[in-house]
Amino acid sequence: MSTAVKTDFRVVGSRPIRPDGLDKVTGRAKYGADLNLPGQIFGHVVRSPHAAAVIKSIDFSDALAMPGVMAVMSADDLPEPGDRLLPGAEVEMKLKDISPVIMARGRVLYHSQAVAAVAATTPALAAEAAGRVRIEYEVLPHVVDMHEALAEGAPLVQDDIFTQGVEPPPTVPSNLSLQMELAKGDLEAGFAEADVVVERTYSVPMCHQAYIEPHACVARVDEGGRVDIWCCTQGPFMVRNMTAELIGVELGKIKVTASEIGGGFGGKTTVYLEPLAAVLARKSGRPVKMAMSRDEVFRASGPVSPAETRVKLGVTRDGRITALETDILMDSGAFTGSPLMPSVLFGNAQYRCDNVRSRGREVLTNKAKMWAYRAPGAPQSTVAVECAVNEAAELLGMDPIELRLKNAVEEGDVPLYGVPFQAVGLKECLEAARAHPNYSAPLGPNQGRGVACAFWINAGMQSSATLHVASDGSVNVMTGNPDIGGSRASMALCAAEVLGIPVEQVRPAVVDTDSVGFCDSTGGSRTTLATGGAVIKAAEMLVEELCERAAAVWGLEPEEVEWREGRALSRVGFGLDEVTEGRAAADSEQKVLTLAEMAASAGMTGGPLTASASLHAHNAAPGFAVNVCDAEVDPDTGKVTILRYTCAQDAGKAVHPAYVEGQMQGGAVQGIGWALNEEYLYDEQGVLQNAGFLDYRIPVASDLPMIDTVIVEVPNAMHPFGVRGVGEVPICPPMPAVVSAVNAAAGTRVCTLPLSPPRLLAAIQSGEAD
Amino acid sequence: MGANAVKKIHVSTTINGEPREFLCEPGQVLSEVLRLTLDLTGTKEGCTTGDCGACSVTLDGALVCSCLVLAAETEGREIGTVEGVARGGELHPVQQKILEHAALQCGICTPGIVVSAKALLEQNPDPSEEEVRYWLAGNLCRCTGYDKIIRAVLDAAATMREEAP
Repeated sequence: MSTAVKTDFRVVGSRPIRPDGLDKVTGRAKYGADLNLPGQIFGHVVRSPHAAAVIKSIDFSDALAMPGVMAVMSADDLPEPGDRLLPGAEVEMKLKDISPVIMARGRVLYHSQAVAAVAATTPALAAEAAGRVRIEYEVLPHVVDMHEALAEGAPLVQDDIFTQGVEPPPTVPSNLSLQMELAKGDLEAGFAEADVVVERTYSVPMCHQAYIEPHACVARVDEGGRVDIWCCTQGPFMVRNMTAELIGVELGKIKVTASEIGGGFGGKTTVYLEPLAAVLARKSGRPVKMAMSRDEVFRASGPVSPAETRVKLGVTRDGRITALETDILMDSGAFTGSPLMPSVLFGNAQYRCDNVRSRGREVLTNKAKMWAYRAPGAPQSTVAVECAVNEAAELLGMDPIELRLKNAVEEGDVPLYGVPFQAVGLKECLEAARAHPNYSAPLGPNQGRGVACAFWINAGMQSSATLHVASDGSVNVMTGNPDIGGSRASMALCAAEVLGIPVEQVRPAVVDTDSVGFCDSTGGSRTTLATGGAVIKAAEMLVEELCERAAAVWGLEPEEVEWREGRALSRVGFGLDEVTEGRAAADSEQKVLTLAEMAASAGMTGGPLTASASLHAHNAAPGFAVNVCDAEVDPDTGKVTILRYTCAQDAGKAVHPAYVEGQMQGGAVQGIGWALNEEYLYDEQGVLQNAGFLDYRIPVASDLPMIDTVIVEVPNAMHPFGVRGVGEVPICPPMPAVVSAVNAAAGTRVCTLPLSPPRLLAAIQSGEAD
Repeated sequence: MGANAVKKIHVSTTINGEPREFLCEPGQVLSEVLRLTLDLTGTKEGCTTGDCGACSVTLDGALVCSCLVLAAETEGREIGTVEGVARGGELHPVQQKILEHAALQCGICTPGIVVSAKALLEQNPDPSEEEVRYWLAGNLCRCTGYDKIIRAVLDAAATMREEAP
């Protein structure tokens, strides 16, 4: 078993072609909407045309009269959620905050909320039948803006929300669902000590994860009530848990197979269609396929909490941060459960500061329930803190990286969330960014540079892995974590490293919920760390067994055998640790059995070679990233061009560096989109106005330069290979890096994102700060 | 009148060089027929409004979004999908370079990128980075930030120029 962090690697750190690559470049890979079952019919969701209303009645008779309509459903077909908690959820979730998102019960709280569903023999017929479901509504007043939702006399999104986190608890319901505060030190004293104080309020828009693959699934229910679900999800076990509760079926009767997944970024860590497809399949006796349109994806899945963060930062003349205060107002949509806490805790964890206070308030509005997006909550507060640090650097006439280096956390520092840091690579990332040629590239007129650094905590959680050795010595590695960005390659590398075999000899697979132990979802930057950890553990168990079997064959003690380069070797002169190839050949006492030889004869040494391991990973270590953005602003149009972009990130150990770079580049570009263009726009009726890729504009290839990357490796001391999660922190620094670069280029101080051309142009022309 | 009451249209086309016939409803778009009727699910639907490029195919050699083409319009025409890009068990250089450059993460946009990039290189064997970026501006990718995709296409172009007779 591993006791120390490994530093000499055979295959970890190399860049093999991903094992699922051929299927993906040829179109063979099967995604959520790619499975067609014999006899399948098609489900279609009926959605609310109102932002707030009472559902008076639902009449299916016209729809049911259409030939080819096979089943209909409403919330009456689902169990009452009551006050139960969702068992096995990663964070505490009440069913009553999830069930109405699947299907409204009695009342709709946002436009496009699911109200009913139909299933028919073709997609077109199902859509037509959905249009014939007669629903009578009593329209209620609604509120979509979070400030208006907090105003006196605002319509209540729900009737029974009493602000949590307030003592004594309020007796009157409101839209303020949660309030929290964390603090240490003496804020007043900290500001008194400061020579420069910056205070600003930054506003981050509501956006969407905007994965390219819409939610899709196929469900089948057999005559014995067993439910078989195929879907694109970040967590097949999560789908099984949630579906069991939401439709009232025993968990053990549900099998979920994750398809290939076309992006998720947190947005596929819940269910929308799967429970509905299962109910429609049960009622019709036919396999039911459901897929959202892009319009439905934008209106009724995701989206991402907008937030407003007031920041106040105190710094001494010599660049020491003496006080840091943040106050976050976050929109949760129609149900509680926004990422307020990580926003409160993690936007400031990159700096050592004795006097910190962070407060947060969560507000309900008549909008879709917000869901996770890559480092949930952190970008919304990080943007304020990092822009304030840049402003302080300007006021002090200090290089922004120099100012950060003076305050960056290192081993032993204790962030507001209370867990002391072990070795972390923030300073190394800052140094790497400063040393990159992009940082000294000359800037022309209307050009500016922005720097930001950021923290994300990373998750561990539960994972399982099973290894099977085939009789030729090749190895199957099975886990339950959908591969969203190359994780099968990481699993194969981890197994090959421990087993001492070529990575091509390993076949990694993502298998269904019946075929491997429980795995928490692919999310929280946890898959390579935790599921990879389970693979490492299983491979180590296999090596131990291989050594025992070889020892038994040779009549030696297991300690007299070691595993090296994919072979069992008897230790000649046990106690001397010098076994070499040359000596093996020369010394007839040296015995050797390769994995292939042992696999071929496994039947004579104890049966097939397999190993399974599971773990609850408590060894996640934080990730830090630094971005540098160079931008040019056209003063006549307000259009921003990103000239250069540099990302440095501490990966701990990059198992497959190309896919680590991919996370860094992808996260940076998502952040660039959020900073410059992406924004939900609602009309007076609470209806989203830009529910499509034409009007909700994510970055396209021609918007961008190459995204330069520097991987820093400060090993995670708690992981056998030193791995840190890498997937989420990349989206934390881009917004402040871009905003700072753009404001520097334009000579503005716009604090309301996105910095779209009209907003920027107005600021340039008015010559005023935000 | 119910959608199912409309008589289907018989269409004869060529798909990836093979003659294919299918029945479709008058309003059905090509992407749906490829995926549901012909089981050619390599063509993806990310938006069905022509904005994401995941459904890119060629129609008589021209790059189109198959979600914006009525299936009935393809009578007598030649359709090229991602399934036809690799030939005789050999990857097209664009596919090979996408693999080598790790130019995909989730892979949902990859078939559209492959079809689109191949179409680019057939008419411009030596594109600049900017030309590749503008050509692929209609193929959305949310995972990669495009960096590795652009490098892969430029590398594929260089390889094809070297291999050209």
